[in-house]
Amino acid sequence: MNAIVISAVLGVVMMFCGVFTNSKTAIRAVAVIGLLVLTIANVMDMGGYHFVNVSLKGMLTFDTFGLLFNTIAFGSTWIYFLLSGRDMERVGVNVAEYYALIFFVLCGISIVSSFNSLLMLFLGIEIISIPLYILTGSDKRNLKSNEASLKYFLMGAFSTGLMLMGITLIYGVKGSFNMEVIRLGSTALTPMMTAGLLLLLFSMAFKASAAPFHFWTPDVYDGSPTVFTSFMATIVKAAVFIAFIRLFEGCFGELQREWQLLVAIIAAATLFIGNITAVFQQSVKRMLAYSSIAQAGFMLFALVAMNKMAKEGLIFYSAAYSLATIGIFAVLLKMKDYTFEGFNGLAKRQPVLAATNTVFLLSLAGIPATAGFWAKFYMLSAAVDNGHVMWLVIVGVLCAAVSVYYYFRVIQAMYFKEGDPQEIETSGAFKGLLIGIAAIVILLGIFPHWLINQLYSFFYL
Amino acid sequence: MIPVLLIVIPLVSGLLAFLIKQEKSVKTWTLLTSIITLVVAILPFALHKASDLHTDIAWLPDLGSSFSLTMDGMSKLLCLLTGIAFPGIFIATWNTTYKNPHNFFALMLLMQTGLIGVFVASDALLFYFFWELALIPAYFLCSIWGGERRVAVTFKFFIYTFVGSLLMLVGIIWVYFHTPDHSFAMTSFYKVNLPGNQQGWLFWLFFLAFAIKMPIFPFHTWQPDTYEQSPTAVTMVLSGVMVKMGVFGILRWLAPVLPLGTWAWGDTAATLCVIGMIYASLVAMQQDDLKRLIAYSSIAHMGLMGLAIFVTSSVGIQGVMVQMFNHGVNIIGLWIVVELIERQFHTRKMSELGGLAQNAPGLAVMLVVVALANVALPLTNAFVGEFMMFNGVFGSKSSNYHYIFMVVGGISIILSAVYTLNMIQKVFYGNTNTLTASAHDIRFNEKLVLVILLIGIVVMGVYPKPMIEATQHAVDAIYSKMFVKLP
Repeated sequence: MNAIVISAVLGVVMMFCGVFTNSKTAIRAVAVIGLLVLTIANVMDMGGYHFVNVSLKGMLTFDTFGLLFNTIAFGSTWIYFLLSGRDMERVGVNVAEYYALIFFVLCGISIVSSFNSLLMLFLGIEIISIPLYILTGSDKRNLKSNEASLKYFLMGAFSTGLMLMGITLIYGVKGSFNMEVIRLGSTALTPMMTAGLLLLLFSMAFKASAAPFHFWTPDVYDGSPTVFTSFMATIVKAAVFIAFIRLFEGCFGELQREWQLLVAIIAAATLFIGNITAVFQQSVKRMLAYSSIAQAGFMLFALVAMNKMAKEGLIFYSAAYSLATIGIFAVLLKMKDYTFEGFNGLAKRQPVLAATNTVFLLSLAGIPATAGFWAKFYMLSAAVDNGHVMWLVIVGVLCAAVSVYYYFRVIQAMYFKEGDPQEIETSGAFKGLLIGIAAIVILLGIFPHWLINQLYSFFYL
Repeated sequence: MIPVLLIVIPLVSGLLAFLIKQEKSVKTWTLLTSIITLVVAILPFALHKASDLHTDIAWLPDLGSSFSLTMDGMSKLLCLLTGIAFPGIFIATWNTTYKNPHNFFALMLLMQTGLIGVFVASDALLFYFFWELALIPAYFLCSIWGGERRVAVTFKFFIYTFVGSLLMLVGIIWVYFHTPDHSFAMTSFYKVNLPGNQQGWLFWLFFLAFAIKMPIFPFHTWQPDTYEQSPTAVTMVLSGVMVKMGVFGILRWLAPVLPLGTWAWGDTAATLCVIGMIYASLVAMQQDDLKRLIAYSSIAHMGLMGLAIFVTSSVGIQGVMVQMFNHGVNIIGLWIVVELIERQFHTRKMSELGGLAQNAPGLAVMLVVVALANVALPLTNAFVGEFMMFNGVFGSKSSNYHYIFMVVGGISIILSAVYTLNMIQKVFYGNTNTLTASAHDIRFNEKLVLVILLIGIVVMGVYPKPMIEATQHAVDAIYSKMFVKLP
């Protein structure tokens, strides 16, 4: 509860910041400190210190799973602010509003990580989506940004419609929005229940950019300002998956056998399309868009398997994937040329950037001793443990091998190709931060339980 | 304690080597490190206390995985091979210059860390960890310092092995969930008793990874290109030590864990090995490039090792152990000679060389001995291994076709004599040409390494007993787990 209230308040505060001051540094400082406060408040929530006590009538439940995810989402956003905050200021003049919108998104994230009623799910997803439509189009004079925004809005609105329809159908069957009520007694599928389930599945797949509902993703990620792509492709995407698994476990957990195959097919298709298409991209930004689809395919493993390992793994996956992708985007933002050739010879001019970027790419590819390896390991283990979807595991593994191709293309460009590197201005603090994140990625790669255990033990001692 | 030292010394020293910018100092530094590692690698043969050879540190208790390292006879031997290979390579290539030498040598040491880690890990997850970690430095070494087509070739190599290891990871996870105590420990893996049909497909998940690494036909296509394009120092590590990871993997993680699968598919795998032996020998006969010739001859030799394992016999496995070590020594010797030739004449084409023996007798003697060891002439070290392996194939009780394997495999040995002697003749005898007329003999450091190698080759060929004794226990342990009562 702390997180929801404070993030909403912070969003309003940030909006007023823009009115009272024009100093971009001050605004950024407020945002960074505000987010830190938000993170601490959320951590305290986990420890049992609730600032507000309102009767929620069972609409929201704050369990460790959701709160842990919040912490990771807020932490990643905080790192994102530090790394790419300056680049946000280059997008346009309304810096304060960008921060405000991001805080609203975070508010939505803390709702979808704790909803217990389908209405709350709808609310959370909308609170996430609407600020994103605006952020996508925030580069007002850029035609591509406008196009992306409009496309995102139309498609998003459509899928929201599907979701509402699904919720309505399920309400018609069960007479309640409450997930526990819905879960109770649904052991066999009735036609109306099936329709509702499918509509919800499709709309969530759309939000998570799973195939075949992924077509908006490359255009939107490519068109929107790169800073915001970074945010959308990482933290928001992970949040959608948390909502996804929460919804399907909460409402349709008993019916898993019925829909497991369908989700497995979606996962396989997502993996396949994301990876194969990424191979053919010429722009790193677009490649990362497709790579985010491919990674979504892996995150869907959690939904297919739906056991303890899967849920733990999803949290870990979010952290590993977000950290690495935010890092790569931060480097990408400093480049003027987004093509693979633009990276040629980067290792000579900017060894720190190249080395850290390599760590992030290795992590995304899932090489051991990086966090990404454990992310994939957990997902594969969860699916193997489940036992019904060995074919999906093999598909996933082969697709992971394909992903090496395009991630390593960047490494090859940086290290093995001669090129005229672009002028890149970086500060010492930026480099230091990148090294810090790379260190975290490697540390998590060697001691994956460190993160989770630290958080757990901190609260339950 | 010893295995930890073996990993920590090259790791720490390798990381430090990134900071030493001067070429001379970084070369000395890495050489010293590798010699210290060698000394530590010799120690286990003198120590018999279990606590010295075994380390178990909690790593991921929730997953049932621990940082557990054990050295049995096989690990000892392979660690010794790694320990010998690196200083040997550093000394023999002392005069080669690299751009950014600090990065090169640092990556070499990191690769050594990974290799030793693979050989001593007694936890499946840890094994996988090191298995991949050995690959990353190799990837960078070949891609940065290799020949003209290096990037594409190395990439092929990387993707190939990565696919294999990911499939193995799935296999490892599957076995893990079926261990009685949900643990990645080797002892738990050995306790797993999976039904036959599961072992059948699990066998392929593991086998692919190891077959690509060894490489076994038809998964070998990355190998000749990679050997040709890599800098020679790296090729030596790849062919001398890294391919042994595949054999080692089969002996430690495949055959004892999935005996039924190995038995069921053993003949298929052995057939692939035999086809590879003949095929590689035939291709080797057509080669003009020395590096490619040796690369193909290595495929043939690895095929024989695979064959000896998959027909399942105690003598054969013993032979494989001996041969793993000897093949490493011999092939590194061959590469050193190739490197010397290439550095002097800037060509590796046999057609452009000739008559070298007249001006460089030292080099000629060295090559002839190493090459004869490569064809397993009696009195050389390889003879012992190959004899035992063929003996094992002949006496195999679990294979139906072992006589055919024996005959066809024997033909490949004859073929190997053909191309090796042909190589010696073309390179060292005959008339000199303009290129080779002004040839000079080899330097002292190169002589030193080669002489040590030669002594090793002969001594191990005449008196292999210590090596056999050191590995006897490991062989018995593996064989007893592999042996399936025939219906």
